[in-house]
Amino acid sequence: MAAEREPPPLGDGKPTDFEELEDGEDLFTSTVSTLESSPSSPEPASLPAEDVSTNSNGRKPAEVVLDDDREDLFAEATEEVSLDSPEREPILSSEPSPAVTPVTPTTLIAPRMESKSISAPVIFDRSREEIEEEANGDVFDIEIGVSDPEKVGDGMNAYMAYRVTTKTSLSMFSKSEFSVKRRFSDFLGLHSKLASKYLHVGYIVPPAPEKSIVGMTKVKVGKEDSSSTEFVEKRRAALERYLQRTVKHPTLLQDPDLRQFLESSELPRAVNTQALSGAGILRMVNKAADAVNKMTIKMNESDAWFEEKQQQFENLDQQLRKLHASVEALVCHRKELSANTAAFAKSAAMLGNSEDHTALSRALSQLAEVEEKIDQLHQEQAFADFYMFSELLSDYIRLIAAVKGVFDHRMKCWQKWEDAQITLLKKRETEAKMMVANKPDKIQQAKNEIREWEAKVQQGERDFEQISKTIRKEVGRFEAKRVKDFKTVIIKYLESLVQTQQQLIKYWEAFLPEAKAIA
Amino acid sequence: MEGRQEAGKENKPSSISVDPQGDSSLQVEISDAVSERDKVKFTVQTKSCLPHFAQTEFSVVRQHEEFIWLHDAYVENEEYAGLIIPPAPPRPDFEASREKLQKLGEGDSSITREEFAKMKQELEAEYLAIFKKTVAMHEVFLQRLAAHPTLRRDHNFFVFLEYGQDLSVRGKNRKELLGGFLRNIVKSADEALITSMSGLKEVDDFFEHERTFLLEYHTRIRDACLRADRVMQSHKCLADDYIPISAALSSLGTQEVNQLKTSFFKLAELFERLRKLEGRVASDEDLKLSDMLRYYMRDSQAAKDLLYRRLRALADYENANKALDKARTRNREVRTAESNQQLCCRRFERLSDSAKQELMDFKSRRVSSFRKNLIELAELELKHAKGGGTQDTWV
Repeated sequence: MAAEREPPPLGDGKPTDFEELEDGEDLFTSTVSTLESSPSSPEPASLPAEDVSTNSNGRKPAEVVLDDDREDLFAEATEEVSLDSPEREPILSSEPSPAVTPVTPTTLIAPRMESKSISAPVIFDRSREEIEEEANGDVFDIEIGVSDPEKVGDGMNAYMAYRVTTKTSLSMFSKSEFSVKRRFSDFLGLHSKLASKYLHVGYIVPPAPEKSIVGMTKVKVGKEDSSSTEFVEKRRAALERYLQRTVKHPTLLQDPDLRQFLESSELPRAVNTQALSGAGILRMVNKAADAVNKMTIKMNESDAWFEEKQQQFENLDQQLRKLHASVEALVCHRKELSANTAAFAKSAAMLGNSEDHTALSRALSQLAEVEEKIDQLHQEQAFADFYMFSELLSDYIRLIAAVKGVFDHRMKCWQKWEDAQITLLKKRETEAKMMVANKPDKIQQAKNEIREWEAKVQQGERDFEQISKTIRKEVGRFEAKRVKDFKTVIIKYLESLVQTQQQLIKYWEAFLPEAKAIA
Repeated sequence: MEGRQEAGKENKPSSISVDPQGDSSLQVEISDAVSERDKVKFTVQTKSCLPHFAQTEFSVVRQHEEFIWLHDAYVENEEYAGLIIPPAPPRPDFEASREKLQKLGEGDSSITREEFAKMKQELEAEYLAIFKKTVAMHEVFLQRLAAHPTLRRDHNFFVFLEYGQDLSVRGKNRKELLGGFLRNIVKSADEALITSMSGLKEVDDFFEHERTFLLEYHTRIRDACLRADRVMQSHKCLADDYIPISAALSSLGTQEVNQLKTSFFKLAELFERLRKLEGRVASDEDLKLSDMLRYYMRDSQAAKDLLYRRLRALADYENANKALDKARTRNREVRTAESNQQLCCRRFERLSDSAKQELMDFKSRRVSSFRKNLIELAELELKHAKGGGTQDTWV
């Protein structure tokens, strides 16, 4: 990497920055964490200069010229922080996103530590921990629980309200532990807001759980049977996982909508999430249009990484789907086994009752008991099969769909850039024509248009590069998370299988002497 | 496919430890069996020092229909009316298995080579298991006959064992099957009639108890057998489910380049082991539990048939008494009526005596068989749960 540089003077105005830093240290880490791990992306050289020049901080653009130098990252980051206030609107495509250099977080820290001025280390230390935590996948100290499903209202207007409890030590929240009541459409509303803000810039926004008309209708109608309790439990668990995933995303965690969702006691009702609403229909139309467009975009892929990754995700998607289908069959059959075992247990008990040889009769009753216990085991195992294995797979199938969506957005971004370039070319041609035809006013107009489109082309290129960078980082984070998730679940699932076997041993060992006692 | 007798030994659904007369004088076993297109040919080998036989060791080839012929001959023989006739072995039925193999062969392009190989292996194992079972059932039938002091002396039995040629016993044609079916209906109707006859009093407490017991027992054991079958089917289903899961996990593992690779492979391996485990559990439960229950369901039916015959004899005896009284009052044909009545009386008493013995044998046979099979079931289940290898730490 480049030689070490003097850190930017932390003199003027810096203390305020630090305060802001303290409050928004999360912002800092989030900015830092938008670092990209792969050094092969094109350099948005012009970007930071403009960015900084709009800053009233008086920093000279030259000092912030970006290259692979780590120091500049910090400089840039501090700049960014001062720009930001906690209420700042999150990154939108129209604004230049925080500049990032292709540097991995951990390598950042080393040079920093040595060459700092006094007040800096404190902040950087903290941020270093958080950065390292980030790198290790251990995220910020925030835990979400979704519990206590409660039916509110009656008849077809009824709905389930869930308690969302947040426990956190993050300072951006006013309290360290709090809870609110939310309904399913609130979750969908949150997702829809986050998606509209972040998806098209390349962030992988975790998808919300799916709607289920059948399931909800049963609950509304008030059927208190096991299938509707199962449905509610399945949904509760899914909502919990959804929120956990969302808060573990460093950028999304900063979002005010998310914070509002977690904290405020009253939330405006999200009506646009209803399938048959105007917004719902609009969504469906857009989706169809997107699908058509996707087929017509022929992107000139200059970066093999993206093609490779897309292919990878495509393969992964197919295989997860296959596996998921098989696991669903497994769950179903295990439930059947459980039911059949219970039925057999009953008939064995009846047989034991009929049997007039006392010792045999007792042994048969014991057999019936063993079979009943085994039935319990099967039920528990089916439960584990489902909640650990099957739901993980379906979550990831939907997550991968989100990843694919993000890649698609990149394509659209490219298309926009391409289109701008084509238009610029056309405008230049028009200008040339006007020159020849010698129409001074038209020439001026053409020149204006050319300037306008030049800017758009530059913007398009910047956006494209930005989204590419973001995606690379996001995919890296996603993969790390995926590996961790799967590994954890696989281990837990294996343990459940082992446990089942051990229980079986216990039961049969208890039965054996009874069988031997038949005289 | 060949089934060997040694394999048959393990699968005996009832304990053939019934060797009352300390007998090595007549040993019967099915030493070989061959499955052809539609039929199974059993090689019945006899070792005997009985004077009746020409040789001390000989064997013949028999088919299922010949076993049925033998069984029916016993049932129709009045001499054995007071005995429990061992239930006939069920017809060998490879239909379901054959169909499944055929379907597999027709090919489903979505499954991989390994999956195909495993499924084929499973189906072949299933086919083999069915084959072994049918051999065992036929063998048990013969061995019970050979062990029974009265039944072993039957002439038809000797013919069955010794006659080198084909017995020319064709399977029942439709008319005969229908006839058999109708006969069963008539029998149950008759039984219902007799039992509801007000005049008929069961004089013997033992038989009263046995009748109630057997009626209930038979129904319940039939139930238990059906449900045990379903459990076994579920286990098999589960084993089949593990095949695509294991395959999918393996292919996921090959795609990964990170630490997940080993995790996926390990899980795939585990599912493969679980598959074998479930398969064995299914087949053990089938043999030790389902088959045993099925056998005693049939045996208890045979016992019920015996009770029916005795009841019929009692009814006949009662009728003969009434006829005698009538004859005496009218003073006509008294002699015939008397002799008839005496016949009926003797028959009834003969039946009652032998039935009592038979039923007690049935009970002890049942108890020892259940004991043996339940112990073996528990031991096998333990073996599988322990040897499943899921004890290893996986991390």
